[in-house]
Amino acid sequence: MTPPSTAVLHQPLTLEFAYTRSLGPVLSQYMSALAAKQVLGAVLSDGRVAVPPPEYDPVSHEQISRMQPVSDEGVVVTWSWVAEPLPDQPLDHPFAFALVLLDGADVPLLHAVDAGSPDAIRTGMRVRARWADERVGSVRDLACFEPAGLDTASPGGSAYSTSDGRTASDEGASVSRPDGVTSTTTPVRLAYDYAASPEESAFGRGLKEGRILAQACPVCHKVYVPPRGACPVDGVPTTDPIDLPDTGIVTTFCIVNVPFLGQRITPPYVSAYVLLDGSDIAFLHLILGVDAAEVRMGMRVRAVWKPEDERSYSMETISHFEPTGEPDADYESYRRHL
Amino acid sequence: MRDVAVVGFAQRQMREFDGSPNCIELLVPLLQELWEQTGWTKEDIGFWCSGSSDYLAGRSFSFVTAIDALGAVPPISESHVEMDAAWALYEAWIKIQTGEADTALVYGFGKSSASTLRRTLALQLDPYTLTPLWPDTVSIAGMQARLGIEQGVWSEKEMAEVAARSRTNATGNEHAIRRGETTIDDVLAQELLADPLRRWDCAPVTDGAAAIVIAATDTLPRTSPAIRPAVITGIAHCVDSPSLGLRDLTRSPSAERAGAAAGGASVGLADVTVAELHAPFSHQELILRRELGLGDDVRINPSGGALGGNPMFSAGLIRIGEAARRIWSGEADKVLAHATSGAALQQNLVCVMASGQARRPEER
Repeated sequence: MTPPSTAVLHQPLTLEFAYTRSLGPVLSQYMSALAAKQVLGAVLSDGRVAVPPPEYDPVSHEQISRMQPVSDEGVVVTWSWVAEPLPDQPLDHPFAFALVLLDGADVPLLHAVDAGSPDAIRTGMRVRARWADERVGSVRDLACFEPAGLDTASPGGSAYSTSDGRTASDEGASVSRPDGVTSTTTPVRLAYDYAASPEESAFGRGLKEGRILAQACPVCHKVYVPPRGACPVDGVPTTDPIDLPDTGIVTTFCIVNVPFLGQRITPPYVSAYVLLDGSDIAFLHLILGVDAAEVRMGMRVRAVWKPEDERSYSMETISHFEPTGEPDADYESYRRHL
Repeated sequence: MRDVAVVGFAQRQMREFDGSPNCIELLVPLLQELWEQTGWTKEDIGFWCSGSSDYLAGRSFSFVTAIDALGAVPPISESHVEMDAAWALYEAWIKIQTGEADTALVYGFGKSSASTLRRTLALQLDPYTLTPLWPDTVSIAGMQARLGIEQGVWSEKEMAEVAARSRTNATGNEHAIRRGETTIDDVLAQELLADPLRRWDCAPVTDGAAAIVIAATDTLPRTSPAIRPAVITGIAHCVDSPSLGLRDLTRSPSAERAGAAAGGASVGLADVTVAELHAPFSHQELILRRELGLGDDVRINPSGGALGGNPMFSAGLIRIGEAARRIWSGEADKVLAHATSGAALQQNLVCVMASGQARRPEER
């Protein structure tokens, strides 16, 4: 985390997930064809050919049943210049996003055009596909479009030349036969500047100093740790600061036996709600330094802090909790926290 | 149908909110303002509904943590939409129509500045064929704007007129984050941000939150607000295809249908004098005016509209609040508010409101 230059703590946060989606019959054919450098359009109920194919007809709502090849060349219908490309866009230098009407299609396709400069692209310009060297059955197999050089009218007719000289109709037979592309993976990576609330920030700064800072609700006087932007009972921010001891009790717990991705401790281990002495809300933490089978509701525990030079604004500054050896708390004393 | 009125409205807009993405710090004072406006407490609210998105917050269930701001103990009747809070208001209106609630508090919040907004919004597109290309919001709007310009549906000058008027109107709006007396020439003199769009054609990235109280007029609590209620005479929303290619992007059929449904044959939009349109890009206001049939005599976006500030997930709700305010103040007897969601005006909601007195002459 960055040092506290403002009232609240900030930290860069990156969320990353590769969404793997199965494909239905229509998109499976479309993606399979793209892997073979061919663009397929859906024949709609009104006779129009749409690229990319919708899975259901926009007018009749019937499932799309007929697909046919279209050219990988076409005409720019409209465009917008991207002066500063964003991460993961098709090109990492300035380009145009455009709607491209492929020869043989009636519905334009959104894609990137590698035109070089905004002066080198215009509506009506002919463009052709630039295919990715490695194709996996994704819309990114079509890397982008590039100026085709000749501004001629759409050739029309049923057979359209592809950029590598084949004619689409030669490949018509393969259209009804998906080549096994049944899923598509889209990696999503989002970068955030994540800020804590003022109350969470106070708590984080306390941890770095080896303190557990709670705050009480000014209305109901319940003591919250971590402190909150709003007391869930009264809807007002917690205010009155309180230094809590690092001892408390286990209210309830579970023994983790199941391994999972990213697990940092070898199972079995105990995840527990710890209610610090003097607080009114329990929080989740680890109970270590004791056999999992020994952990009990009401067990007295104490925080084990990381060495001073490893402390941060994070809850991980407390490594875990371990038993103090004191007698267990009476059930009645924590019953309302369960 | 029960008459439901907008009786409270509060908002916050800012360039960068220095606080948590669930915006609790914004919501707590907003609710406080609403209690002051209405004289009510949380016990007077029968239903709560919010609009927000975890993609903006960068955390899961951000709307659940935001509920702390309501003081939700003992438990409340609550719901959420991953849309602009104008749609949360629609849900609340339905709830009141069913008779399950008489009053509702609707709120929306979002910290657009936490990530790169125009990129994050690519996640609302078709996940198979569009999101993998990461088409950003500004580029999609740019393609839409060029279509209209080159087909002669609108001109760059008309777009600049919208931008100039919005900026100028926003000077009277303390909440707007982009404002200033501006001429058409000032706008046209700007460099292109995303050819053909100039910076002032595009709504600024805005953080913020807003909240509205609605109530059935037949059961307004005794401590009802002193303002004259803005009664919802029609509210409807419609959606167009997610396929950008299948749509005529110079049109917005869903806005036209929502307008017709909200206006209704018997009520009509003819006597609307003020319209607050949620147009995050200047040319989109031109599309909406045409689809909704708003003539030159209708005052458009006296607040400055979304070009003055566009907090995600509350900017549409703010349009409803801004329009209702004109009825409270007596400036207008009938107003129209519009909210949009999705890419290039894909989904549209229209809410028409009239003054309680104007609609109920027997109570005058």
